[in-house]
Amino acid sequence: MRVFIYLGIGILFGITMFKSEAASWFRIYEMFRFEAFHMYGIIGSALAIGIIIVQVIKKYNIKSFYGAKILFSPKEKSFTRYLLGGIIFGLGWALVGACPGPMFVLIGAGFSPILITVAFAVLGTYLYGVLKNKLPH
Amino acid sequence: MNWIYEPWTWYFSGLMIAFVMFLLLMMGKKFGMSSNLRTLCTMCGADKKTDFFQFDWREQRWNLAVVLGTIIGGFIASKFLTNTTAVQISQETIVHLKALGFQDAGTAYLPTKMFDTTVFYDFKTIVLLAIGGLLIGFGSRYAGGCTSGHAISGLSNFQLPSLVAVVGFFIGGLVMVHFLFPLIF
Repeated sequence: MRVFIYLGIGILFGITMFKSEAASWFRIYEMFRFEAFHMYGIIGSALAIGIIIVQVIKKYNIKSFYGAKILFSPKEKSFTRYLLGGIIFGLGWALVGACPGPMFVLIGAGFSPILITVAFAVLGTYLYGVLKNKLPH
Repeated sequence: MNWIYEPWTWYFSGLMIAFVMFLLLMMGKKFGMSSNLRTLCTMCGADKKTDFFQFDWREQRWNLAVVLGTIIGGFIASKFLTNTTAVQISQETIVHLKALGFQDAGTAYLPTKMFDTTVFYDFKTIVLLAIGGLLIGFGSRYAGGCTSGHAISGLSNFQLPSLVAVVGFFIGGLVMVHFLFPLIF
C-alpha cells in the first residue's frame, strides 16, 4: 500500500515542478543571468520553510507516521568532492535546463528529447561509480 | 480554482516543495532525486562489476515510486492543469535569448531549438543533450546529491557540505551560461 503513498508524493512533486516553471529551461537560464527573482524565490522559500520543518522535528522529537524516530544523517566532511561535483553538475543543469527531478517531469510532459539526457545521466552516474576510487574526494 | 491553471507563484511553489520534503521525512525517508540514477544503474547490472553499485536496490523501490509519480505529475500538470505553457521570463532574458537564436523565448515552456522532436535528426543538439546528461549524472553523484538533496534537504539541516555543493552548482551554471553559451549557440 505504501507504494501508492510514494506515488502520490511523486505526483504532487511533479505537478509542483511543472507549474512552478522550475522545469522550464528558460527559467534556469534566466536564474543564472540573475534577471528575475522567480527561481530564487522558489528555492529560498522552500528552504526557509524546510529549515523550520527540520528544526521543529528535531526540537519536539516528532516521530514519523509509523512511530519511528526521524533521523538526519550528517553528510561526510569533505570539500573537494562537493565543490568539483557541484561545478560539474551545475554545468549540466544550466546546459539542459533541468536537474534530476524536472528531467522526469519533462518525460511526463511529453518532451521526448529529454530521454537522451536521462539515459546519459544514468551513464554519467555509472562512470562516476567506475572512476570513484581514482577521483579526489 | 482558476489559479491552479495559471503558473504558480514562487511562494506557493516553495511551500509545496517543502511540503513534499516534509511528507517524505514523515514517511521515514529523505528527499533526493539523483540517487535514483544510481539505483537504475544497479538494476541494469552495474553491481556485478563495481562496488559502488552493490546494494539491494529493492530498498530503494519507494524512491522509484516517487520518480514514477513525478513523471505522472508532469503529464497531469501539462495536460490538465495548464492553459498556457508560455513562460513569462523577463524582457532582458528574452532579448539575450533571441540574440542567441532562441526565437520562442517568452512564448514556450521549453526552447524548440533543443526539445522539439525534430532534434532527433540534429546531431549537434543530441550531443548537447547527451553531454548535459553525463555532467548531471556524474556531477550529482560526485557531489553526493543534486538540487533536492543539497539545496533543499541538506541546507534545511544546516549541512556545510551542501552549501559547498550549492556554491559549486552556481559556479558551474554561471560558467555555462555566461562563457560557454556564446560559444555553443
